[in-house]
Amino acid sequence: MKILVTAKRVEDPESKIKVKPDGSGIVQEGLKYKINPFDEIGVEEGLRLVAKHQGEVVVVSIGGKEVQEQLRHALAMGAHRAVWVNHTGPLDQLAIAGLLQKVVEKEKPDLVILGKQSIDDDQNQVGQYLAEFLGWGQATFASKVESLESEQEKNKVPALVVGADGKTVRVIREVDNGLATLECQLPAIVTTDLRLNQPRYASLPGIMKAKSKPIEELTPAKLGVDVTPAIQVLKMSAPPARKAGIKVADVPALVEKLHNEAKVV
Amino acid sequence: MEFQLTEAQRALQEAARKYAREVVRPKAAHYDETATFPRDLLSTAWELGLLNMAIPAEYGGVGLSHLEQVIVAEELSWGCAGVATSIIANDLANLPIILHGTEEQKKRLLGHFSERLKFSSFCLTEPEAGSDVASMQTTAVRDGDHYVLNGAKCFITNGGQAEQYTVFATMDKAKKHKGITCFVVEGRPKGLTASKHENKMGQRASETVSLTFEDVRVPVANRIGEEGQGFAVAMATLDNSRPLTAMFSVGIARAALEYSMEYASQRKTFGKPIIEHQAIQFMIADMAMNTHAARMLTYESAWLLDEGKRNTLQSSYAKCFAADMAMKVATDAVQVYGGYGYIKDYPVEKLMRDAKLIQVYEGTSQVQRLVIARELFK
Repeated sequence: MKILVTAKRVEDPESKIKVKPDGSGIVQEGLKYKINPFDEIGVEEGLRLVAKHQGEVVVVSIGGKEVQEQLRHALAMGAHRAVWVNHTGPLDQLAIAGLLQKVVEKEKPDLVILGKQSIDDDQNQVGQYLAEFLGWGQATFASKVESLESEQEKNKVPALVVGADGKTVRVIREVDNGLATLECQLPAIVTTDLRLNQPRYASLPGIMKAKSKPIEELTPAKLGVDVTPAIQVLKMSAPPARKAGIKVADVPALVEKLHNEAKVV
Repeated sequence: MEFQLTEAQRALQEAARKYAREVVRPKAAHYDETATFPRDLLSTAWELGLLNMAIPAEYGGVGLSHLEQVIVAEELSWGCAGVATSIIANDLANLPIILHGTEEQKKRLLGHFSERLKFSSFCLTEPEAGSDVASMQTTAVRDGDHYVLNGAKCFITNGGQAEQYTVFATMDKAKKHKGITCFVVEGRPKGLTASKHENKMGQRASETVSLTFEDVRVPVANRIGEEGQGFAVAMATLDNSRPLTAMFSVGIARAALEYSMEYASQRKTFGKPIIEHQAIQFMIADMAMNTHAARMLTYESAWLLDEGKRNTLQSSYAKCFAADMAMKVATDAVQVYGGYGYIKDYPVEKLMRDAKLIQVYEGTSQVQRLVIARELFK
């Protein structure tokens, strides 16, 4: 089975993110980058499925030369090869879904796994657009009840199970009031939620092997996609700084404030 | 000159950092307190390839360059210097084979390390022969197609856990360093016994034992290099490993610096965070500056090895400067923490204890200065 997974390059949440004074974007100097954690979960899930069903995991990223770092990370985890869509400049979600559609049509995977959203702009749209563009079934927010770290949880049924005939996939999804189980015809789109799995560490031999794994270069022009953004970011601003709290004298004063000021009780 | 890491080097650094942060750090205080063997941490380290960094890929290892190894070493030691020492012990014990073994020996004696978790110990130091290696008392006597080893070794890292030992012994005490020969003892043969784990001041997660050899038989096929070449083998090994121990110092110092910056931003005296007091600012500036200087010296000494150049002088610069620097930086971290720094509930006194060992092991700071002076007047 062939699985296509995405690997977006995002700002490392441990870096200090500052908005530029003119609001045109964030200060990029000194920032560290990593693979979008939801995508990393997708890579892990792809590798687990392929370990069970044979096949290959192909990882795709869109961006300038620097996104090769994230592709290599996925390759170091064990992905077999990579596709790099070389493009610098702003891209909106429609353009990204359009590019991925062409990559999917070229690669013809049985399953596409994407992060449910990327942690930089938290849009949560690309997976759904891609399913629409392709006319495929989609199962978003694939998840599990608990962290996979517990022994108990490891032994439980995985959230993504490919049917015995290899034509369907059963996905456990996180929804507002619990879990929903979906069955989808393959090929399908799955997006990952946080509790789906605990991604493996890239091993040292994995990193060394990743150096020689192939990265195929494509461009929007080669794929025939117009990526002119339909959406423009006009201004960015930092959230207002949190004000210091106050101390109340006693419980009645607290209740009074909760009732009259915060209006929560 | 190129002052930036490659993409692959950054990936290795990130992998080691993740292991140090997520696997080692949460348990570092526990293993320091109990001084028990951190088998679970080392098992994960083995899965990630950290125990076999120096073994070339053709013999199953990761085959990292020296520069890549020191980049990883900084992260490991940042996590816990004791755990880092136990991790690197395998490469240290395997270096004589990597550097001076025959093709057949490399295949036979190195291959197992990537197949399963297996520890190996480097056995050079003796109760009466530390810096003065030529005073070695452990003897090797040829008996048919075997050698028979007798004697005692001390301060042996992972010695109680190992299943392979790289042992230096003399074939003729009168010949001093020219009598020393290197052997690989496989398994735990009859006559080889390990003492209990030493109760150390620092790096307590790293197991340290004494070994006794009583008529331990080693096949001739396990002699590394020729008879009498052992001293050269040992010195070449230490030229290779000195950048790693230097980088352990950098890892400790970086941890001390980070903890100090964090604490100094929170702790308030005289109405403001202590980082706003110039006395603290100057201490932290010195810590950062010296940590980085040691890192640069170490990178250079590792880079020279990768270029195939002799690095004796630069690796002694690096080891000596870095070890003394880490001791000072860790001591200053305790100072920044004040009274709390002296208490074991806070992380910096451990760094001070851990740093002290690097001024002592793999050539004391005094021996490094001796080597430096000798190299300068050559």
